[in-house]
Amino acid sequence: MSTILQLLATFSMLSFFAIGGANSVLPEMHRQAVDIHHWMSGSEFAALFALAQAAPGPNVLIVSLIGLHVAGLPGVVATTVAMCGPSSLLAYHIGKLWHRFRDAPLRGVILRGLTPITIGLVLGSGYLLTRSADQSWPAYVLTAVTVLLMIHTRLNPLWLLAGGAVLGLLGVV
Amino acid sequence: MPTSTPASSAATQTLSRRELFSGFFKIGLSGFGGVLPLAHRVLVEDLRWLDDAEFTEVLSLGQTLPGPNICNMSVVIGARFQGAWGAVVALAGLLFAPLCIIVMLGLLYARYGQIGPLPHMLNGIAAVGAGLMGGTGVKLAIKLERTAWVWAVAAAAFAGTALFGFHLVGVLLVLAPLSIGMAWYQLARQTKHNSEPEQ
Repeated sequence: MSTILQLLATFSMLSFFAIGGANSVLPEMHRQAVDIHHWMSGSEFAALFALAQAAPGPNVLIVSLIGLHVAGLPGVVATTVAMCGPSSLLAYHIGKLWHRFRDAPLRGVILRGLTPITIGLVLGSGYLLTRSADQSWPAYVLTAVTVLLMIHTRLNPLWLLAGGAVLGLLGVV
Repeated sequence: MPTSTPASSAATQTLSRRELFSGFFKIGLSGFGGVLPLAHRVLVEDLRWLDDAEFTEVLSLGQTLPGPNICNMSVVIGARFQGAWGAVVALAGLLFAPLCIIVMLGLLYARYGQIGPLPHMLNGIAAVGAGLMGGTGVKLAIKLERTAWVWAVAAAAFAGTALFGFHLVGVLLVLAPLSIGMAWYQLARQTKHNSEPEQ
């Protein structure tokens, strides 16, 4: 039981610091799980991270895998609820406030200020993902082709991902 | 669903909890290596629950608030259509399938210590995932207003996080007040200009 409480405490704290998503607290998550609580080794942490990246869904689900590793299914529930709960509660209330003041001039000003930052950050993640994902020139070509197809066609991204998986299996990229 | 209108928006439609669940279920299940491109695809282009401006708006909120962006977005969108239960249903729809899949993968990994050909597939998936994120960024950037300082801020956010590797929180703390300040200054000037009597 105390392990569950530790998981709840650790991940609900991380939830509030995860500005920009779960990946921004990854270093701290690593420190907590490996160095402080000794729940797993560094290489086990890396394997769980790779697994979370490979599976469909939000990257935040690395916390569910950590929970599974530490305490089984109750651990999954504890880490997932702790990681998504507090921030979701905050998002719910801020979102309601945001909607209530939809005609306020200040809201328009805040939105106009935040919009370019948001778009710059999305482009930045695209760049960072490219740098970390692409180890060979065919991989860069695949990324570039994907960008062009995304912009110019309405092709379902799942087809592109499936194509990428096949090229990966064949060892092309 | 208003399929005949080219761009729909949250202001003009109602959605049931079932629709919210199934919409986010689709997003959760299909997002490999980052859910955001799929969220844009499903919410804006396929289901047309939001237009591009509304998507960027909800994304801005989701990114600025702590917590996983996409979870925040599902909560905000769900709440807008169906209140508290809408938020719960949208978040549950988003996480349900991926959670089941990842627990199964985790159990397999714990039992066999390896995940078969997954790492090789991951190379290709990651390369495509990076392209999807980049393509989504370009699509949103195309809709960005053509004002010099707005593009300067976008460029600074990109350079700060991607090229210089600054921490996101630092980038937000510097750029957000600056950018919001600029928007406020411009509004104030505009208002003043409009209220001046014409010669």
